[in-house]
This record gives sequence, structure tokens and C-alpha cells, in this order.
Amino acid sequence: MTDHLPILLLLSPLFGALVCVLFGKGNSKNAWIVSMISLGISSILSVFLLLKVLSIKAGDIRYRMGGWDPSSGYEVGIELRIDILAALIVLAVTLVGFINTIYSKTRVPAEVGEKGPFFYALIQLLIVGLCGIIMTNDAFNLYVLIEITSLTSYALIAMGNRRAALSSFNYVIMGTIGASFYLLGVGYLYIKTGTLNIDDIHTYLENENLWTSQSIIVAFILIMLGVWTKMALFPLHGWLPNAYSYAPSMTGTFMAPLMTKVMVYVMIRVMLWLFGADFVYSEDSVWSELIVWMSVVAIVAGSFLALARNDIKKMLTYLIIAEVGYMVGGAWLNSLTGQAGAFYHILSDAAMTFCLFIAASIVIIRTGESRLNAFDGLFRKMPLTMIGFTIGGLSMIGLPPTCGFFSKWYLISGGIESGHWEFVVALLFSSLINAVIFFKIFERAYFGKIKGIKEEVSVADIDMIPAEGIKSVPASMLIPLFISALSVLILGIMNKNLFSWISNALKMING
Amino acid sequence: MDIIIASFLEDSIVPKFNYWIYVILMMIGLYAMITKNNLIKKLIGMAIFQTAIILLYVSVGVKADANIPIISHHGEKDHVEHAQNENLDSASEASSHHGSKKEHHVIDKNKFANPLPHVLMLTAIVVGVSTLGLALAISQKVHGSFGTLEEDEILDQLRPGGYD
Amino acid sequence: MADLESSLIPFFAWLVSLVAVPAIILLGRKPDAREGVTFFAAIVKFSLVLLMLPLIREGKILYFSFGEIIEGIPIEFRVDGLGILFAIVASSLWILTSLYALGYMRSLKEHDQTRFFACFALSLSATIGVAFAGNLLTLYIFYEILSLSTYPLVTHHGDKEARSGGRTYLSHLLGTSVAFVLPAMIYCYWKKGGDINFTDGSLLTTNIDSGAGLILLLAFTFGFAKNGLMPFHSWLPNAMVAPTPVSALLHAVAVVKVGVFCVIRVFTGVFGIDLLRDLNVAVVVSWIAAFTVITSSLIALTQDNLKRRLAFSTIGQLSYIILGVSLLTSLGVTGSILHVAMHAFGKITLFFCAGAIYVTMHKKYVSELVGIGRKMPITMTAFAIGSLSVIGLPFTGGLVSKWYLVMGTVDLGADGTVDSGKIALLVIFLVSSILNACYFLPIVYRAFFCRPEESLYEGGRQEAPLACLIPLCITALLSVISFFNPSLFIELAGLIIK
Repeated sequence: MTDHLPILLLLSPLFGALVCVLFGKGNSKNAWIVSMISLGISSILSVFLLLKVLSIKAGDIRYRMGGWDPSSGYEVGIELRIDILAALIVLAVTLVGFINTIYSKTRVPAEVGEKGPFFYALIQLLIVGLCGIIMTNDAFNLYVLIEITSLTSYALIAMGNRRAALSSFNYVIMGTIGASFYLLGVGYLYIKTGTLNIDDIHTYLENENLWTSQSIIVAFILIMLGVWTKMALFPLHGWLPNAYSYAPSMTGTFMAPLMTKVMVYVMIRVMLWLFGADFVYSEDSVWSELIVWMSVVAIVAGSFLALARNDIKKMLTYLIIAEVGYMVGGAWLNSLTGQAGAFYHILSDAAMTFCLFIAASIVIIRTGESRLNAFDGLFRKMPLTMIGFTIGGLSMIGLPPTCGFFSKWYLISGGIESGHWEFVVALLFSSLINAVIFFKIFERAYFGKIKGIKEEVSVADIDMIPAEGIKSVPASMLIPLFISALSVLILGIMNKNLFSWISNALKMING
Repeated sequence: MDIIIASFLEDSIVPKFNYWIYVILMMIGLYAMITKNNLIKKLIGMAIFQTAIILLYVSVGVKADANIPIISHHGEKDHVEHAQNENLDSASEASSHHGSKKEHHVIDKNKFANPLPHVLMLTAIVVGVSTLGLALAISQKVHGSFGTLEEDEILDQLRPGGYD
Repeated sequence: MADLESSLIPFFAWLVSLVAVPAIILLGRKPDAREGVTFFAAIVKFSLVLLMLPLIREGKILYFSFGEIIEGIPIEFRVDGLGILFAIVASSLWILTSLYALGYMRSLKEHDQTRFFACFALSLSATIGVAFAGNLLTLYIFYEILSLSTYPLVTHHGDKEARSGGRTYLSHLLGTSVAFVLPAMIYCYWKKGGDINFTDGSLLTTNIDSGAGLILLLAFTFGFAKNGLMPFHSWLPNAMVAPTPVSALLHAVAVVKVGVFCVIRVFTGVFGIDLLRDLNVAVVVSWIAAFTVITSSLIALTQDNLKRRLAFSTIGQLSYIILGVSLLTSLGVTGSILHVAMHAFGKITLFFCAGAIYVTMHKKYVSELVGIGRKMPITMTAFAIGSLSVIGLPFTGGLVSKWYLVMGTVDLGADGTVDSGKIALLVIFLVSSILNACYFLPIVYRAFFCRPEESLYEGGRQEAPLACLIPLCITALLSVISFFNPSLFIELAGLIIK
């Protein structure tokens, strides 16, 4: 049974999706229950998977789909491969999916109406795709799974308002270009090596010493371009802000923390496993320095663009673009601390983005206002929501003991270690901009006048008075917010363990 | 001058003809996706773009004087054996292996085109078709809410109310 | 190396004010019980700190660890002489300030008192956390918590002025700490190979050249912007929009002293005096501090708002402390540490007086204080004592610390330090003391000795409420006592400089 954990983890939401479509019959309540069960099962299985991986000292779990054993030393079937890194991200994906399903309980009927079952089916397919991306060890299968996640996310985004369809269309165009570049790169690798298994490709390249081959270099560049488009690295970010902010709120809360982060994971996989550190960071390649600078530009530009936004979700999406710069830069620093820091940031950024998006969605839904003035006076009006938002915001700024502080710590360490001071400066700069952005909001929330309520409320000397006429937030939205806020803190406090797991796993591949 | 062109043709164009075609098709597709104003034209570009990649894959499976990789004399009895023998894997390799072992039919793998790219592209075509279908559905939705499929007209409609 | 002794007392001393926060919030509707909690916590905290004192005097270092948080860096407390000295000052003055705040806030019928007292308790926990911090990361964490927890206090009034003051406050304090201290700390961690505990000697060994050393030192000195060093000083005058008890405890004692405390820690615990003597870079800090001393005194002369004048005076006095430690002579460092305590007693008295005047007479400008001495003789006498202490005149503690500072300057050139600019620095001490006198003594003089027709006040005596009056008398008294008996402070300071 435990041998089949990886595939069971994928099958549970896959069947959930089928059941939702076949038996949903326009009733989103039933579909909700189905997806709670299927995602609950996957979450539990991914916990077991993590425990299992942890129990294996220095190694990974390999699962051959359909039991195709290698005959001539090369893998022939599709292989799933789970090490600690993959298990951690799978856990993050399934948990975010599960918690987000709780959040969506009241939102699905309100926002997509009778299409509820389809929404749940798509969300579950998306989780299948994301988990598959993380676990697969086959370069072409990776492409298919990337397209599965993309297709489901196009549809999920298009469920939103009038503008969502257009944003989704742009995403289709950009996403297809990105995925096709990736496919092209894989094609080149296949032409050169004759295999699609990531480990086998690496072994073949190593044995035949193909590192200087132009086709391999072109393949690498094509794959990187494809992955960057998918993860919205500046300046390939154009599709992201509109897509995430016009989508239904429960789509935004799910995709924002996960999609870009999983693609960062794919990038790290391709860099370290498919091509290998020696090739990627080689002295005579021009790209190593260049890409760190690109990430610096991404961080700075993302921060500035976020600062200029007056729309809550748009602002948060630009912050995601800046955070993508963190991770790309960290991965390209050519230092173990930087790589591990980038990886740790995948987890911590997922937690804090999740937290912020849920809080922002609650605020927008409750106040009916999507600009920053929605926050006026909210510390009194919606104290619980604002506590969640504050934790997420402090983590974005990078204040201890939130996980944002520690990921900055590791990333800056990596920058100092490898002598990339420009990256250090960019990180600090973005922290400062984030501080400006969030304290601007906190100030509004703290001092701003609550609309329709007299100023005198504050004189009552009762600090957190729920003002009249404000609808309370349902528990199905508050609980996910608390869990995500708590996870921001837990990830921060647990950073030592996480970091040592991550860096041990990375040490193995770096040799 | 003629010699240069001739040698260029001989060295670069002719042996790498398939690559040239795919690159040209890809560029046409990319151009349409990025510059066309009409959403449907963009999608046509997308289809061309994806087809170009399919062409690349399929063309690398081609071998001179090779047939399609269908082994007609691979009888029912062999199939059973095939399933029992766990070492047998991909079609071409397996049958050659199998053949040499049993001295049944010696299958020369050079006589068959590489089937794997075809298999891959079957999946890629499915992906491409679903992307196209989804994108058409989305453009229908866009048309429903904006009444047009021209990008500039849509943006004009958005400008007064939109802020971003 | 002093004896390390594991102990829970530092933890409880830190915890007690933290536990008080939820209690205060829960008792929000019962003001008397709420203030009872504050007093109880303050007194328990002070007793716990005093409980540690004999152990520290024996030369022990008490430590308490919360566990490692990053490889090699635990969150831990290490209580040594410097830490306990600061903790004594902060926790003893918290009791007095609580009493004072009670009188002040209730007399003015301020809003949101629960929030006020809760944040006050929280910021005290953060202060104690800084005082006891055993390594840079712990120090940094509590430093940031202090910045955040005092923000609601600074912006207490919630009007436009308070908001802009609060914005300056946070942007300066958070901005500098994130931009300078964080990378400097990580650089130390990396350079040291995974350990940033404060040590007797140097955290950075010889593998640092003077260029990098100077940048690192400046990053720390400017990064801890709570020390009010120019050009990152403007948060302090802007923070004066806060209610007076906040200005008194936080912006004369806790917050600003945390800033200089961190600088002293950096000089003694991170670099180590010996390394700094070798590197010969501290002189840059000396001159920045000297510049700040003179400039801030000159600005103080021009301020009519009493609290702003006090704020600029504080900036100058803080720079004395930084100047003292950057001299690198043992007398200079002792003087700095003493000045942390002496200036605290003097300056808090002055702020208490300013608040008392505001509560009773609703005056906040210097020009309005002519003749007030006859109206509020006790308050103004305390004000006079506080002024003497800050100027550094006899019979107040300020003289003692200033004496050490000046002697430390005279010592320049001895034991391995460079004596460049010795005369210039002495002149700066002299000039700044005169300037201090210039901006304080006229207030006192005109309050008492103006011609009757000039006096803006008539009628009999009218002092502030007793809850305000008692604390300021006690702090004035402390200023005088610390002149006659400074031995405890000198002894504690001596534990750092061996």
C-alpha cells in the first residue's frame, strides 16, 4: 500500500474531479463535499509521503507507472520520483488545495453559481497537475502536466467577471508560447540523447560530455524561457496581474500561492537535475551573472509596480512578481545557501501569499471595494481579518519571527556568500518598498474612518468594537485565514529543520 | 556568388530542410500570436505555432527507406510472450530484442521509423486541440461580454471604467 | 570568561510584562484593575531584575535559551553587567512611569487607554529582551518588536500630525534596521561561520580589513537608528506627538537607550574594543557623534516647543554615549555606560515636568513658561534638578558620567588608542555643555526669577495631580542620589571592561 502512495495521491483528486462532473448536477454543495474528501485524502497521503521520504536516509522514492522496468539501463516508462523537496511541495500544494476548498464553501455559490461542480472538478484537476509536475521524472510528461495545469487554470480564471475572460485569453497565448518553448527544448534534448527520463538525460549528457554542444545550450535556453514565461519572471509577467485579480476570489487564492512557485520548482529541477550544477553555473557561460541581474530587475520592477497600484489584488500580484525574482535570483546564485533559500522561499511565499490573498479577498468581498481605501478603519471593523493580513504583511516585509524574515536571511546569506551584492541590495530594497506598501495599508486600517460610522466610536475606550452594520465574516473564510497565518509563523519557527532538510537534499545533487 | 549560394543550399538548407520549415512556420505562428489584433487570428497563429513543433518532432523520427513502425507479423502468440517477458519495452527495441532471441523474425530497426516521437506528438496534438478548444470557448465568452473580437475595440471599451 | 549559569529568572523577568498584555486587554473595561495589573507586573519585573543583581555582581552571566532558530543561532538571553544595568534603569522607571501615566492619562481623559497600557507593557518586554539579548539575532528581533509595539503609542492621538509623526518614526527605525543591520548581521554570521553570540572578545576575528570593518561598523551604528545619530535622527522630534508618558519612558529611556545600548553591544560584543583599536576606524563614529552633539544642541536652542527642545537635547546626549564608547578608552566606555543611567534619570524628570505642566496649565511652549515657578514650585524645582543633571553640573548624576567621559577623552593616546583630535573633542565637550546650559537654564531662571509684571501666571500654587507629582520628585531624587552613590553603576560598567 505504502509503495503506491505517490499514485494514490494523484488518483484521489482525479476521481474526485470525475465524480464532481458526472454526479454534480449543478449542486455545488455535493461537489464541495466530494472535493473536501478527495483533497483531504491527498493531504493525508502527502503527509505520509513526507514521513516516508524522511525515514529514508539520503534517498528518494521512485515509482514506475505501470511497472515498466528498465531493460537496457534506460527508463522506458514514466517514472515518479519523490525526494524531500518534492514531498514538501506536494504537501504544500495539497494542503493549500484543501484549505482553499474550505474557503470556497460560501464563495462558489456566490461567484460561479450553478457551475460549482465544474469549478471543483477543475480545481482538483489542477491539483493533480501540480502534484504530477512536482513528482514526475519524465521531461515530456512534465510538459503534459504543465499543460494540464495551464488548461484548468485558463478555465478557472475565465469563470470570473467580464474582464476575466480577456485576461484568461492573454494567459492562453502567453502560456502556450511558454509551454511550447519548453516542449521545443525537450525535443532538442530528445534528439541529442534519445531518452526523456530526467536522470537518464543527465547521465547521457555527462557520459557523452555534450556540455558544449550548441543543441544542448539552445535546449537549455528554450526550456528556461518557457519556464520563465510560466512563472511570470519580469519582463514575461504581463499575463499574471490581470489573470489573478479578475479571476473568482477562490481561484485567485488558490493559484496565486501555487502556480508560480511550482514553476520555480520546475526551474530548479531542470537546472540541478536535468542539466546539473556544473553546466548551469559554469564559468564561461554568460547567463549565470546575467540571470541574477535579471532577477534583480524583476525584484525592483515588481516592487515599484506594486507600490504604484491602488488596487489591492493588483498590488499583491505585482508583489508575487517581485517574489519570483527572489526565487530565481536565489536559485542562480551558485551557492547552496542561495538555492536552499530559494527553495525555502517557495514554501514561505506560498504560505504568505495564501494568507494575504485570503485576507484581501475577504476585505474586498465584505467592503465591496477593491481599492486600497477598502481598508479604512478595518482594524476596528474586522479585527480578525486584519490580524491575518498583518501577519502576512509583516512576513512580506520580512520581520521576525515570520517565515519571510528567514527566507530573506537565507537568500541574503547566499548573496553574500557568492558575492552577489546587487542581489542583496535588491532584496533589502524590496523589503523597504514592501514596508512602505504595507504600512500604508496598516495606517489606513488603523486610523481611517469607517464609512457610514461616526468618528466618535474610538472615544468609547473599548478597543475593538464591532461597529454596527458590518456583516460578520463566515467561519469558512476565517478558518483558512487563520491556518494560513499560523503556517506563516510555523514555517518561520521551524525554519531550522526545514532548511537542514532542504540543504541536505540539495547537497546530494550538488555533489 | 553562385557557388556560395549553392554550397549554402547544399550544407545548410537541404540536409536541415525539416528544421528550416519548422522554424519558418513557428515564426509565422509567433508573429500572428503577438501582433494580430483579432483574437481568432491569434488562435490561428497559435495552431500554426504548435503544428510547427509537432512537425519538428515527427521529422526527427524519420529514417531513410524506413517504413511505419507497425509490425504486422507480430502474432497473437507473440503478444502473450511479450506480456510475460517483462524485459520487453518500447516497440522497436523490444521486437528486435525479441527477434534475435527467439530467431523468429529478425527485425531490423533501421527499417522502421522511430515511433516514440509519434506517440509523444499524439499527446501534444491532444493538448493542442484542447487548448484551442478552450481558447475558442473563452473568445466566445469575450465576444459575449464585449460584442467584438478585435483587441483594440475591447480595450477601448475598458478604458473609461478600467484602472490598471 | 565569566561563569555561565543557566537560569529561568531572565525569562520570567521578560515574560511578566508580556503576560500583562492580555490581562490588560481583558480588563479593558475596569480601569482600576487594569492599572493594577500594570503596577503588579512592573513591581514583579523590577524585583526579578534585582534578584539577578547579586549573581551578576559575583561575575556570573545568567543565560536562558529558547532553542536554536537558525543553525548555530539560538534565541537566548545572556544577562551581564551592561544588560542588568539597563534592565534596572528601564524596569524601575516603568513603575514610576506607570504611576505617572495613570495621573496623566486620567487627568486628560485620554481615549484608548487600554491600548495604551497594553502597548506600554509590550514595549517594556521588548526592551528587556534587548537588554538581555545574548546574540545579534535576538537583539534584532526584540529591537524590531520594540519599533512596532511603540508605533501605536506614538500615534496615540490619531490625528494628522500623529500619523505623519508615526510614519517618520516607523520609516526611520524599520528602514535603517532592515537596510543596514540585517545585512551587517548576516555578514557577521557568514564571516564568523555560523555564530553571532556576544563574547568578551571579538566576534569577528582578524580576518577583516579596515575598509570592510568601517562599513560594517557604520552599518551597525546607523542601522540602530534608535540612537538618534544624525542624519537618521528626525524620528525622535517627530515622535514627540505622543502622550508625555510615552515620550518620558520610551523616548528618554527605553527606545533611545535601546539604540545606544545596541551600539555599545556592537562595540564591545561584536567587534571588541581590542579589534577596533587595531582597525582604527571608530574615530569616524566619534566625529559623527561629535557633529551630532553640537548640531543638535544648536537646534535645541531654537525650539520653542518644550518637548521638541527636550528631544533635541536627547539626541545630543545620546551622541555623548556613542562618542564615549567610540573613544575606546576604558574610562570612556565606562562613562558611556554610566551616562545611559544618569541621563535616563535626568531626562525622564524633565519629561515628567513637561507633562505635568501640560496637564495642569495646558502649556507646551517654552515662551509660555515665564513665571511658572511660583505657580508650580515643586515641578519646576525638579525640572531644575533634571536640567543640572543633563548639563552635568554638581550634585547630580550627570556630572559623574560626564566626568568619566571627559577623562576618557583625556586618556586618548594611552593604552593603544590614537590621540588624534583629543583637544578638539575636549573643546566639543566644553562647548556642548555650555550649549546645554544655554537651552535649559533660561527656562528655569525665567520660571522663578522673572519680574512680577512679566509673569504669565497669577494666583496661588497649583501643582499637577499627585500621581504625576510623586514620580517626578522620585526621579529628581534619584538624579541626586546617583551623584553621591554611583558605585553600583560603576561596578556594573566595570564588568564589561576588563
